[in-house]
Amino acid sequence: MIRVALPAHLRRLAQVNGEVHLQIPGPVTQRSVLDALEARYPVLRGTIRDHVTQQRRPFLRFFACEQDLSHEPPDTPLPDAVAVGAEPFLVIGAMAGG
Amino acid sequence: MSRVRVLVGTRKGAFVLTSDGKRARWDISGPHFAGWEIYHLKGSPADPDRLYASQSSGWFGQLIQRSNDGGKTWEPVGNQFAYNGVPGTHQWYDGTQHPWEFKRVWHLEPSLADPDTVYAGVEDAALFRSVDGGRTWQELSGLRGHPSGPSWQPGAGGMCLHTIVQDPTDPERIFIAISAAGVFRTDDGGKTWRPVNRGLRSEQIPDPTAEVGHCVHRIALHPSRPGVLFMQKHWDVMRSGDAGDSWQEVSGNLPTDFGFAIDVHAHEPDTIYVVPIKSDSEHFPPDGKLRVYRSRTGGNEWEPLTNGLPQRDCFVNVLRDAMAIDSLDSCGVYFGTTGGQVYVSADAGNRWEPIVRDLPAVLSVEVQTLP
Repeated sequence: MIRVALPAHLRRLAQVNGEVHLQIPGPVTQRSVLDALEARYPVLRGTIRDHVTQQRRPFLRFFACEQDLSHEPPDTPLPDAVAVGAEPFLVIGAMAGG
Repeated sequence: MSRVRVLVGTRKGAFVLTSDGKRARWDISGPHFAGWEIYHLKGSPADPDRLYASQSSGWFGQLIQRSNDGGKTWEPVGNQFAYNGVPGTHQWYDGTQHPWEFKRVWHLEPSLADPDTVYAGVEDAALFRSVDGGRTWQELSGLRGHPSGPSWQPGAGGMCLHTIVQDPTDPERIFIAISAAGVFRTDDGGKTWRPVNRGLRSEQIPDPTAEVGHCVHRIALHPSRPGVLFMQKHWDVMRSGDAGDSWQEVSGNLPTDFGFAIDVHAHEPDTIYVVPIKSDSEHFPPDGKLRVYRSRTGGNEWEPLTNGLPQRDCFVNVLRDAMAIDSLDSCGVYFGTTGGQVYVSADAGNRWEPIVRDLPAVLSVEVQTLP
């Protein structure tokens, strides 16, 4: 089971409380996690990554295990602690604006 | 008794203000979509309980929300705005060519006849249409494919298609306006477009009378006389008597002819309203006095409307989509400010009152007149 923590605005949009729990068959990567997340919550399509290019939106970051994974290739396996559900995969809104 | 429903988009959410026909007591609901920028929301003329809202954020991008019950509940619909084919390029601030990139929806214009058909004006400038209630969007790419497209360039607020006006007597005719390209008209339902900017003069561009390149801020028409258009340009208030084929300046005795909003009285096609703003670099009313100006002669002769509006120390702006007119017998005029006030006049502008004073900065105001 993969744990995903979303920023408050996206939790409200997806109508979820707390972490999202996903089952992912096969490799656990940024792409497979986001694919599963968007399949469960289609309203999130386009809000985390571009519809077509699948690029991460500029003001969002991906953290896990106290690491910034935002610039990792999307098919790089996520840390084992994320893959086994010990640590969450964090989608973070960058500090910006006022 | 008739009612009105005022739809207010702000920097941090949407608000719905309702009142009976007296427009003296108001119920306020909101914020809807708290924390998100709501550039615009508007109801369908064919089904007033069908509303569309443009919800966006620098973090999470664009969403479109739809309501089927007059704004009590909302559901997100389609948010994919893909330009047709290879997007191509337009002129960038430094004179180089820059790829067209979707940023946000500035304006939603529901069809006059079909609640499931709605147009979206977007940045970077393009026109999209949905015929399934907002679930899917298709670009009307004949507009962006106009030969002048690569020469369009952004104004200070971005290269946005911000105004969509449908001719109520001819479903094939639509006017749109782009900052900073100008007004375009289609007479074939959006397949082909031509610029209709003859008579505009803009000293800020290399050729002041160029066919395109003008920073048109807003256009408006009266449904009984759709060939007559009124325009608030970056500078200058303009009028066209031939559906945009030619324009004449009607700024007349305005204290400044810069501004954003313009609208037409519901029952008097020659009565128009603007809110003069000091200049393109000082986006507030002249002398700290918030004044709506009304012309009963289709322009040129203007009178200030001040009763109930602050006449000292007022330095707010009124943005292009932030004025609206209801169609009650005693015509109501509404506008919102960047200071978070929404004002109403229930007597065509003679006397004003704030409905609310302390919303987030107001981006848009629309009003629905309900049975």
